[in-house]
Amino acid sequence: MKLLELRGLVASVDEKQILNGIDLTVNAGEVHAIMGPNGSGKSTLSNVLAGRDGYTVTEGDIELMGTPVNGMSVEERALTGLFLGFQHPIEIPGVTNMEFLKVAIDSHRISIGEEEMNTRDFMVQVRDISKRLELSTEFLKRFVNVGFSGGEKKRNEILQLMLLRPRLAFLDETDSGLDVDALQVVAKGINEFRSGDNGVVLVTHYQRLLNYIDVDFVHIMVNGTIVKSGDAQLAHEVEAQGYAGLGKA
Amino acid sequence: MSEQSPSAAHDFIGKEYAAGFVTDIEQETIPPGLDEAVIKEISERKNEPEWLLDWRLQAYRRWLEMPEPTWAKVDYEPIDYQAISYFAAPTGDKPKSLDEVDPELLRTYEKLGIPLHEQEMLAGVERDPDTPRVAVDAIFDSVSLTTTFKKELQEHGVIYCSFGEAVENHPELVQQYLGTVVPPSDNFYAALNSAVFSDGSFVYIPKGVRCPMELLSYFRINAQNTGQFERTLIIADEGSYASYLEGCTAPMRDENQLHAAVVELVALEDASIKYSTVQNWYPGDEEGNGGIYNFVTKRGVCRGARSHISWTQVETGSAITWKYPSVILRGDNSVGEFYSVAITNNHQQADTGSKMTHIGRNTSSTIISKGISAGSSSNAYRGRVRMNPGAKQARNFTQCDSLLIGGKCAAHTFPTIESQRSDAIVEHEATTSKVSEDQLFLCRQRGIDAEKAVAMIVNGFCKEVLRELPMEFAVEASKLLEVSLEGAVG
Repeated sequence: MKLLELRGLVASVDEKQILNGIDLTVNAGEVHAIMGPNGSGKSTLSNVLAGRDGYTVTEGDIELMGTPVNGMSVEERALTGLFLGFQHPIEIPGVTNMEFLKVAIDSHRISIGEEEMNTRDFMVQVRDISKRLELSTEFLKRFVNVGFSGGEKKRNEILQLMLLRPRLAFLDETDSGLDVDALQVVAKGINEFRSGDNGVVLVTHYQRLLNYIDVDFVHIMVNGTIVKSGDAQLAHEVEAQGYAGLGKA
Repeated sequence: MSEQSPSAAHDFIGKEYAAGFVTDIEQETIPPGLDEAVIKEISERKNEPEWLLDWRLQAYRRWLEMPEPTWAKVDYEPIDYQAISYFAAPTGDKPKSLDEVDPELLRTYEKLGIPLHEQEMLAGVERDPDTPRVAVDAIFDSVSLTTTFKKELQEHGVIYCSFGEAVENHPELVQQYLGTVVPPSDNFYAALNSAVFSDGSFVYIPKGVRCPMELLSYFRINAQNTGQFERTLIIADEGSYASYLEGCTAPMRDENQLHAAVVELVALEDASIKYSTVQNWYPGDEEGNGGIYNFVTKRGVCRGARSHISWTQVETGSAITWKYPSVILRGDNSVGEFYSVAITNNHQQADTGSKMTHIGRNTSSTIISKGISAGSSSNAYRGRVRMNPGAKQARNFTQCDSLLIGGKCAAHTFPTIESQRSDAIVEHEATTSKVSEDQLFLCRQRGIDAEKAVAMIVNGFCKEVLRELPMEFAVEASKLLEVSLEGAVG
């Protein structure tokens, strides 16, 4: 099952072309890594996939779960099964993490004709996931991302991932700003999430996250295109040679 | 109040305002216009004693000399006071029991989710033995239709009835307290109200009694070209407690309608009054046509030592809101509180806030105001904290926060502090924030649609105020916030 297919994707932000023709296919059961230097268009790609305002596809196609995304809103794409892990998760003062998670899971359930989740089941599930991510239950009562450390913010993203169980997780720099311990916790969460039914795309600057997560494919992105694809070995080459050498390949 | 979910409300009338229907019944109205003859006619229809008619006429003469206030940050065409009808009531005698009430009227309250039968509960509230029961006074245009649980309340010595009945059955209490907190000469609209007021609620809680249920007055404007001028008076005798709620709705009409109420609260020694409002008058349409002008004077006096008055308001409706629920802290160690959420969308205008006047020693007051502006609306907080010379060690804490949604709305704050005491502690905090595109994107990416996301953020912003509301009202208020913001985001 194809979860994501990009064919010749060209996209711009504020009329400036950032993505210059991207082809990529992610099937169920696969974990991909997209690596690239700053400014290569990695974050733009995640925003374009999510359908964010201001990001315009000018050429090519995007298909999510086999359906073209043309005309689909941000929330429709999310409910189809696309999950974006944010590089800089935004704060929402006044809204507790718990409320936010409940509304999010209920939105997903309602979209497939199910009832809202019973509060008790919800609590049990959220507490279980929090425990696995080494987050205290106190954390659930705090406002979304307000006063969270960098590591807490990223673990909170993984908590949402594990609760919402999307078909395709597109995680933008989930490893940035994490110390080794937090990195391991985050990697553990992603490893628990991955299965034969879903797919993961790790967008990252560095190879180090890949020490903890086995990836099937690595793509090198430079100047808005994928210049090279390979297996996990490619990530080690990047580490050894830097992006500059690969960009010419 | 509505029993519909916001989406059902949409289906109901194809618009956001669920309470906007008209009840088709025969009504008697006094033709538009205002002069002494009209006031005499109102007084006569209500079988009032002579002293009350004199009181009305004096207020009227005073009103004629008063200028209309222009200092509020609101903008509207001049009101033609001769084009308004000052009295409207369903035809016939006042029903003696619910069986005599026109079934069409009963259906109206059913639609609005207001229980007129004592075994019913407020819509949206689950039947739970722990939920306090609610006694209802239903005011339809200029008259009260019925008051529930009267008998049971009487057993506790609590008087809860329409203002008209209070004049008839408890004239000494009315005469003793009427106009003592808001005198007729207080302001233009208070004077107008004093001249032409029709029904409202009257509450008296005797010494040492904790009122066993919530008291809800539900105000409904139905008739066209009619103003509603209700008058409410609540007296909490020594050591007593009352929690009073008021709700209000009106049909959707193209013309503006005036609602100029006066509410007076009196708390004697050790007494406590909690007054909660969910104001959902018709706000006008998306272009700013129609809607209620809500020009209201609400004031409480903490007359006795250690008395306590708390105002909580959630203002979602009205084309224009002009109200400043206030507390005069006369008794030593008395406490005044004001918790407010005012939300404006489309072309709504709100100028609201509070006045806390500290007279007694060791008095303290708290003002928490949350203003939310969306669309092309304007939302102003106006407050005045005054520490009089005798208010030894008085304290006030004021916090006013504004939340903006979109780029065309406006928020203003006009706080005034007048302190004549060097030992007074007055704190004022203010913030302005915006619902950001980043926040909405995060929510939407998690599958939460934009309107739901805004509602969630707004509810979070208002939490400190909403939690002051009795539970059954808090549920309703949250839903209303959501409905009022429909269309506020792209």
